[in-house]
Amino acid sequence: MDYFLNEEQQMIKDLARQIANEKIIPIRAELDEKETFPYEVVDALAKADMFGLFIPEEYGGLGKGSFELCLAVEQLSKACLGISTVYAANALGAYPILLFGTDEQKKKYLPSIATGKKLVAFGLTEANAGSDAGGIQTTAVKDGNEYILNGTKQWITNGGEASIYTIIALTDKSKGARGASAFIVEKGTPGFTFGKKEKKMGIRASSTCELVFNDCRIPAENLLSAEGRGFLVAMKTLDQSRVGVGSQGVGVAQGGLDEAVNFASMRVQFGKPIISFQAIQHMLANMAAKTEAARALVYSVARYIDGGAKDFSKVSAMAKVFATDTAMEVTVDAVQIMGGSGYMKDYPVEKMMRDAKILQIYEGTNQIQRNVIGQCIFKEVVKNKKG
Amino acid sequence: MNIVVCVKQVPDTAEVKIDPKTNTLIRDGVPSIINPYDMHAIEAALEIKEKIGGTVTVLTMGPPQAETALRDAISLGADEAVLLSDRAFAGSDTWATAYTLAGAIKKIGFDIIICGKQAIDGDTAQVGPGIAEFLNIPHVAFVSKIKDITEQTLTLDRMMDDRYEIVEADMPVLFTVVKEINVPRLPSLKGKIKAKKIEIKKMTNAEIGLDVESLGLSGSPTQVKNIFAPDIVKDRKMLEGGVEEQVNQLMSVLKELKCV
Ligand SMILES: Cc1cc2nc3c(=O)[nH]c(=O)nc-3n(C[C@H](O)[C@H](O)[C@H](O)COP(=O)(O)OP(=O)(O)OC[C@H]3O[C@@H](n4cnc5c(N)ncnc54)[C@H](O)[C@@H]3O)c2cc1C
Ligand SMILES: Cc1cc2nc3c(=O)[nH]c(=O)nc-3n(C[C@H](O)[C@H](O)[C@H](O)COP(=O)(O)OP(=O)(O)OC[C@H]3O[C@@H](n4cnc5c(N)ncnc54)[C@H](O)[C@@H]3O)c2cc1C
Repeated sequence: MDYFLNEEQQMIKDLARQIANEKIIPIRAELDEKETFPYEVVDALAKADMFGLFIPEEYGGLGKGSFELCLAVEQLSKACLGISTVYAANALGAYPILLFGTDEQKKKYLPSIATGKKLVAFGLTEANAGSDAGGIQTTAVKDGNEYILNGTKQWITNGGEASIYTIIALTDKSKGARGASAFIVEKGTPGFTFGKKEKKMGIRASSTCELVFNDCRIPAENLLSAEGRGFLVAMKTLDQSRVGVGSQGVGVAQGGLDEAVNFASMRVQFGKPIISFQAIQHMLANMAAKTEAARALVYSVARYIDGGAKDFSKVSAMAKVFATDTAMEVTVDAVQIMGGSGYMKDYPVEKMMRDAKILQIYEGTNQIQRNVIGQCIFKEVVKNKKG
Repeated sequence: MNIVVCVKQVPDTAEVKIDPKTNTLIRDGVPSIINPYDMHAIEAALEIKEKIGGTVTVLTMGPPQAETALRDAISLGADEAVLLSDRAFAGSDTWATAYTLAGAIKKIGFDIIICGKQAIDGDTAQVGPGIAEFLNIPHVAFVSKIKDITEQTLTLDRMMDDRYEIVEADMPVLFTVVKEINVPRLPSLKGKIKAKKIEIKKMTNAEIGLDVESLGLSGSPTQVKNIFAPDIVKDRKMLEGGVEEQVNQLMSVLKELKCV
């Protein structure tokens, strides 16, 4: 399919693919096995200007949009979802500053994010607040020119590796979600430490870690947007980044499909390559059709966002749900088509299948995405009845 | 700090075909790349720039198509690019190539000149040292590591067959690099965008003003009589019999050859 990329978009896609082929594929199995953070790849991505893709030129980036970010994420995800998670979660952490930061905050933080010198993480989830993010308990109490943070964030991607953290905490406990605010916290701030590093089923090259705030004092100027707007910051950020998770799904699905096609055309049983069996062809046909449909949806939504759309929660959730369910299905089928070989670590599909699962869970589970879509549909109905 | 990197565009194949009639390289239909050693030269220049600042200029002598090699170098991070192209340069051997490049480098201005150890097609490894001779500056060939660099001096590891030499050289200096020196980076997005737009500076002999008789074919002292791939002759002898018998035979052969 031709998605009519312009010259620069093609360039971005090609370069991301080159990085994937030359820098990621040769080491992905080892990083997965040893749960090692991909420092070398992060360095290569930084040198290639990939971290600056979606950051405005005035802050040292390339000034591109969601669509270009999706193109890059897809190529990286095709090679390794663990590494693409490091890259995509970095964007997730940067969006609150990009979308809600003052010019001063942007000037201070975005240039070093754009060059890849500093990684970012986004901290919302806590032990008792997953899908129900309104249940967070981390507090930020104002004290003169400072806020004092207390609490623990759980399962934060890039935790420990990132230098900058965007954190959602309660400035007014009595107001619940309406009492939440967003903050920028720098690594090394006294009272800010890292807890348990998780051992995971998949995306093992990415770090997932606890953030512990213990009377951590940060300057009041690190407040993003205004007090009480933290939940809005988080939701707008997630709307923006969800389509990126969709492109992760497209990438890993394409990776699985390519492996399965390749294997099926080489593997001979009953005197024929297994790709000649209709049962296999039908599986491949479904995998290919769904992957292409997911890509078309993700690209359309990303272009819609870049076109200046105001409210895109629904379509962004649709792209995430469809592309990541597709990723799970396609990678499971890729293992099936490859039989016992697919189950072995000698081939990349067992990793792809383990990795793909996270896409249905993080940045809002797929059930929650369906809630979002459903509520939007419901609201539209109510609005239409009134109008 | 002016850092000049000489890059040569070469056919992307280890097996260069030669036209038996003219004894020249057949370049048609073979994709062109930057000479792999020159990729390491570019990386070395970029690393020096990152450390002490300066401008990296890539220079190539070749036909107009060699411009693509220069654009590739820009996408990696080079600042400027110069294409030396003139009918008068055609048919240059290593002497004339070095003479012409040296003339252009003098025009460009230089503190450090970096070349690849050798080109994978011509393979002579003469051009780098040749340029240094024409410019009357010191050169260090086969550099495998930049140990230290200051505003005036470079400390370099030089890889020899059986040892390393540590060489300290004052600028201006030319050095040629081996693959061990670094891992060439991939292009950057900003570099690629710049590479699309940048105007490549073109230089002919009119700008350099070298003696025309010393250029191209007429300036080349080398006369190519014949180019061919040598036959590989393997003289081999199979030993037969039981293990002990074979060992005894082998020992007597080795003694005969004075190997033991
Ligand atoms: C590897 C990894 C990385 C992560 N990275 C980050 C990060 O960088 N930053 C961050 O803030 N968070 C991060 N998270 C947290 C992630 O976003 C949450 O795990 C996710 O939102 C789900 O929350 P939970 O795990 O607590 O599940 P729960 O909310 O406990 O849900 C359990 C199950 O119940 C279902 N469920 C819950 N509520 C409903 C409902 N109302 N209707 C229907 N079904 C429902 C869910 O879909 C799920 O199937 C990460 C998680 C993982 C595993
Ligand atoms: C006997 C002989 C006859 C030849 N006849 C012809 C001919 O008829 N037509 C023809 O096209 N070629 C011909 N050549 C090839 C031409 O002479 C060489 O390509 C050229 O002189 C460079 O030599 P080299 O390839 O051995 O480079 P080397 O000396 O091995 O290269 C070392 C380094 O010098 C630099 N360098 C070399 N060449 C250039 C360049 N052109 N621009 C910028 N930097 C450079 C690079 O940094 C390179 O890594 C001939 C070569 C020989 C040996």
